[in-house]
Amino acid sequence: MRAKRGSERSFILISIVLLLAVIGAVVASTGMGYIKIQPLEVLQIIMARLSGDASFLSGLDPVWSVVVMDVRLPRILTAVVVGAGLAVSGTLFQGILLNPLADPYTLGISAGAAFGAALALLANIAILGPYSVPLFAFIGAVATLIVVLHLSSFDGQMSANTLILSGVIVGAILSAGLSFIKYMADEQVAVIIFWLMGSFASKTWPEVWLVLWCVLAGVVVAIFYGRDLNIMSLGQRSSDSLGVDTARVRKILLVTASLLAAACVSVSGIIGFIGLIVPHLMRSLVGPDNRKLLLVSMLAGAILLLAADTLSRAVLPAEVPVGVLTALIGGPFFCYIFRKRQMGIGHD
Amino acid sequence: MTDGFTLTNATFAYDTKPAVRSVSLQLPPGKLYGLVGPNGCGKSTLLDLLIANRKPQAGEVEYQGRSLNDFSRRDLAREVALVPQDFGINFAFTVMEVVLMGRHPYIPRFGMPQSDDMLKAHKAMAEIGISEMQDRLVPELSGGEKQRVVVARSLAQDTPVLLLDEATSNLDIQHTLEIFKVSRRRVEEEGKTVIAVVHNLNLAAAYCDELIFMKEGAIHCAGPKEEVLNAENIRAVFGVESRVQFDDFCGAWQVSFRY
Repeated sequence: MRAKRGSERSFILISIVLLLAVIGAVVASTGMGYIKIQPLEVLQIIMARLSGDASFLSGLDPVWSVVVMDVRLPRILTAVVVGAGLAVSGTLFQGILLNPLADPYTLGISAGAAFGAALALLANIAILGPYSVPLFAFIGAVATLIVVLHLSSFDGQMSANTLILSGVIVGAILSAGLSFIKYMADEQVAVIIFWLMGSFASKTWPEVWLVLWCVLAGVVVAIFYGRDLNIMSLGQRSSDSLGVDTARVRKILLVTASLLAAACVSVSGIIGFIGLIVPHLMRSLVGPDNRKLLLVSMLAGAILLLAADTLSRAVLPAEVPVGVLTALIGGPFFCYIFRKRQMGIGHD
Repeated sequence: MTDGFTLTNATFAYDTKPAVRSVSLQLPPGKLYGLVGPNGCGKSTLLDLLIANRKPQAGEVEYQGRSLNDFSRRDLAREVALVPQDFGINFAFTVMEVVLMGRHPYIPRFGMPQSDDMLKAHKAMAEIGISEMQDRLVPELSGGEKQRVVVARSLAQDTPVLLLDEATSNLDIQHTLEIFKVSRRRVEEEGKTVIAVVHNLNLAAAYCDELIFMKEGAIHCAGPKEEVLNAENIRAVFGVESRVQFDDFCGAWQVSFRY
């Protein structure tokens, strides 16, 4: 039933299921770990904190409240928000570059962030305490974005191909720089490598809020231009003639998607494949309409990254860096898409 | 005489290579114009100037007596529609979804298509004869089918002016004639203007009211087809020998070439 694929009812149903799944996953994963806590008790603890009414906590171990509110939830919510942000960013990149194989790091954002973070770690910069590394990562990512945009725009026009090529070139240069920093770092190299692999360990509430506001702002901009992005899949000449200021919208969305990715990478390190796979999976569920796709990708990205982080934190015998885990699962999936695309008919 | 398009010394160059050189033209509404000329002579660029996809570096392009600079993109999209040469669509939208995109300039940002939008989309698909494929996915269609979808999209846009940039390049003869017939009908029954880049001079002779011969970015000659379609102009613009005569079977002037 092809026609049913993008229908309104199935979209609403999928959205509701995903939203409930996000909430369920947050509650369930909060209870998982060294100390096991029942979902209902998790809800009691959250209610107690939200309402300020301590009577919710009667009969519960007071340590649990600390475990849930100060240790687990910040980490879990960071994973949720970063997953959502990366998925939305990936959806935007695929839409703007008209390439279903694009992801949030196509323009070299990850390489820029990695370079910035590594620099901060190497020089042991701590002007801003724990925020120094995220700040340097963010600066690295934004600087990369500026260079790539500058490289790829000719008289106000940017083509998808020049953008991708510029991203590859700048990314390659930064990777070489990163290798050099690692080489210089001696015993510090372990810290750098650990950051690069991505982790949500020991996240705090301020980090949750910071990345949450960034991602929310990005999602609002993305959804505002969702329909323009649909029209842009017809190609620039068509979208211009349909009343979309393609060059402007493309630039706004590129910057939005890149800042989203930069914010996510800054707090979590480099986590690959979420931004590539999730839009793909969701496109096959709700169709290519970006207004629907952005919304369900956001929810699915949150679930997927939280699941990966929980797997690493509470299920596997030893903690595996979440970036490694997503790549190990995502890599084979990428190969599958790539193979299918090569063999597919109708893609010209 | 401010109706339709007025170009005054319009000039556009890519880097330093001029594509449209100081073109001055009057294009009153209610006619089917054929834009003919060799590859790379600036036909597509001229269409881009008419729809403000590109801005002239010198000179002026006016529509209804107003400079195109004074139109917002959205306002212009309600006046002029374009069928571009390349019609790749990268994501798996259905035919109906793509045709409905023609209604984009009329639907508020967070609005949904109204019954009038659906009606115009269905009418456009019926005119082009693609109603039965409305639920199929565009990437799975053949090149010719995709091209017909894009033409239907531009018809759904329902603008006073329609620009066709080789809109029949991938079509067989039956579907080619169909698209010219639809264009002809829109011109005659609804008073619309169609400006079509046409490579087949015989199609241009059969369906167009006026022909515009372009060569190296400039207008070689323009006017009613009876006046400008002749062996001298074809030789000057295309460099081939030909004979133009009235064909009773076609009911139109036709060009035959010396091979």
